Amino acid sequence: MEGFDSGDTAWMLASTALVLFMTPGLAFFYGGMVRSKSVLNMMMMSLSSMGLVGVLWVLYGYSIAFGNDVGGGLLGNPFEAWGLKGLFVGSYSADVAESSYVLSGSIPALAFVGFQATFAIITVALISGAVADRMKFGAWMLFAGLWATIVYFPVAHWVFAFDNEDAGVTGGWIANQLAAIDFAGGTAVHINAGIAALALAIVVGKRKGWPREPMRPHNLTLVMLGAGILWFGWFGFNAGSALGANGTAAFTMVNTIVATCAAMLGWLVTERIRDGKATSLGAASGIVAGLVAITPSCSSVSPMGAILLGAIAGVLCALAVGLKFRFGYDDSLDVVGVHLVGGLVGTILVGFLADPGSPAAVAGLFYGGGVDQLWRQVVGAVAVLLYSGILTFVIALIVKAIFGGKIRLSDEDEATGIDESEHAETSYDFSSHRGLAGVAGTPRPDAATAGAQSVVAGKEG
Amino acid sequence: MKLITAIVKPFVLEDVKGALEQIGVLGMTVSEVQGYGRQKGHTEVYRGAEYSVDFVPKVRVEVVADDTLADKVVDAVVEAARTGKIGDGKVWVSPVDTVVRVRTGERGTDAI
Repeated sequence: MEGFDSGDTAWMLASTALVLFMTPGLAFFYGGMVRSKSVLNMMMMSLSSMGLVGVLWVLYGYSIAFGNDVGGGLLGNPFEAWGLKGLFVGSYSADVAESSYVLSGSIPALAFVGFQATFAIITVALISGAVADRMKFGAWMLFAGLWATIVYFPVAHWVFAFDNEDAGVTGGWIANQLAAIDFAGGTAVHINAGIAALALAIVVGKRKGWPREPMRPHNLTLVMLGAGILWFGWFGFNAGSALGANGTAAFTMVNTIVATCAAMLGWLVTERIRDGKATSLGAASGIVAGLVAITPSCSSVSPMGAILLGAIAGVLCALAVGLKFRFGYDDSLDVVGVHLVGGLVGTILVGFLADPGSPAAVAGLFYGGGVDQLWRQVVGAVAVLLYSGILTFVIALIVKAIFGGKIRLSDEDEATGIDESEHAETSYDFSSHRGLAGVAGTPRPDAATAGAQSVVAGKEG
Repeated sequence: MKLITAIVKPFVLEDVKGALEQIGVLGMTVSEVQGYGRQKGHTEVYRGAEYSVDFVPKVRVEVVADDTLADKVVDAVVEAARTGKIGDGKVWVSPVDTVVRVRTGERGTDAI
C-alpha cells in the first residue's frame, strides 16, 4: 500500500493512548485540589467527558472537525463521515502490501480519528475545574455535550483541519487562510477551554462561602501525581501532533520537556518572592502552565526560546491565579489563570519567538520577521476567545433554563457535599465504625465461634 | 476513681505512653483532636491565597485511675509531654462515679 508508514502509525497509536491517559491524569490533578467531600464528582466530570465526547466524536464530531469544509473554513460537513462512514472500509490483511484502507498522510485514517478523539475529550474535561463542588451532574453532562458540539468541533476544524489539494479536502480558516501557528492546540484546546470555564463559572455562580471560607486542597499528593501523568501524556499531545515518528516529533518533544521545566521554576520563584515559600501546588501548577504554553509553540520556537517562553508562562500564570479574587468570579481550580492565560502566552509569543530554523520555519518579530506572524497569532487567539466566550455563555444559560434555573445544587446539598448528594458515594473511608451496614444489616461475630474465642482469650484483662 | 484527660502534642505520644506503662497504667484511650490555646494556628498559602488554619492537631489521652495513682499519672504525663515551648497542652483530672468492665460486669476499681 503506497504512502503507508508503519513507524509513523506505531507512534500515532502510542500517542493516542498517551493523550487519552491525560484525562484521568487531569482527574487526579483536579480531584486533589477540591475538598474531600467533592473529589469524586470532580473526577467524574473528567471521566464522564471520556464517555460522552468519545461517542459524540464517532457519531459526528470527527466529521464536523475534519470533514470537507462547508464554506469559509468555519465548519466541516457533519454528514460526510457520520459514524465514521467511509473511513473504515477496506481490506485488512496481515500483510500491509496486500491491504487497502483509507490513509491520512502516512497513517490509517482511523489512527488520526482516535488521536483527535482524545483531544476533544480532554478539552471538555478541562472546563470542569471552574465549577468544582456545586454543579449538578446532569447539567454538566448536558453542557458537555452541547459545548463539544457547538464550540469544540467547529473550533478544532478552524485550527487543526489543513487543506489537502490532492484529496480535494478544504480545511479551517485559522489553519489555512490565516496561517496562524497552533501546533497542538493553544487556541483550540486551552484558550477555548479557559474562556469557556470563565463563562460557565459566571453562570453557575460562586461556591457557598467563597472566598470567605477556606477551601483548601484536600490531597496535594494526588495533584502532583496528576501533574506527572499530564506531563507524560502531553508528549503524545505535542510530539504526536507531528503525525509521524520524525524529526518534528523529536523537536517538539524536547521543547515540551524544557519549557515545562522552566515554567515550574518560574512559578516557584514567583511564589518564593511573593508568598515566602515555594509550594508543591505551585510546582504542579507550573508544570501544567508550561505544558499549556508550549502546546501551540513547540514546533516554532528554538529550545532556548522554549525556556524563555516557559519561564514567562510560569510567572504570568502564577500571578494570574489571583485575578479571580480581584474580579470576584469563582473559577475554583484556576482554569482561567492556567489554561486561558497560558494558552494566550504560548500562542502570542510565537509571534515574537518563532525561529526560522525550527520545523515551522517561520520568523517571529525577534528573528527579523516583523509583525507578520504576530498579527496572525493575535487574530487567531482573539477569534477563539470571542467565539468560545460568547457561545459558552449562551449554552450555559440554555442549560440553566432547561434545568428550571437550578443548574447547581441546593445550599443544603452543597454543604453536605456533592459526592454524597449527586453520586451517593464517599471518596474515603477512614473509619470502620460509622454504622456502615448493608440494607439487611451485617451479622455481628458470634462469640461462640472458635475465631472469636481465641481473640477474647488473647486479650485477657 | 479519677479520669485524667491530657491534650498533648502528637509527637510526644510515644513518650507519654511509655511513662504511663512504667508507673503501672494498664490501658488508655487515645484520639486525634484539633484545637487551640495560646499557641493559635498557622497560615497556609495555596496558589497565592492565604488561609489561616486556627485548629492545630493534638492528641487526647484519657486514663481512668484509682485515686491513689491519679497524681502519679498526672506527673508522668506532664513530664513526658513537656518541651518547654508554647502549645505543649493541658492535663486535667475529673471525678468518676463508676466503671464497669463490659465482658465480666465487674464494677469499681476492679474494672480498671
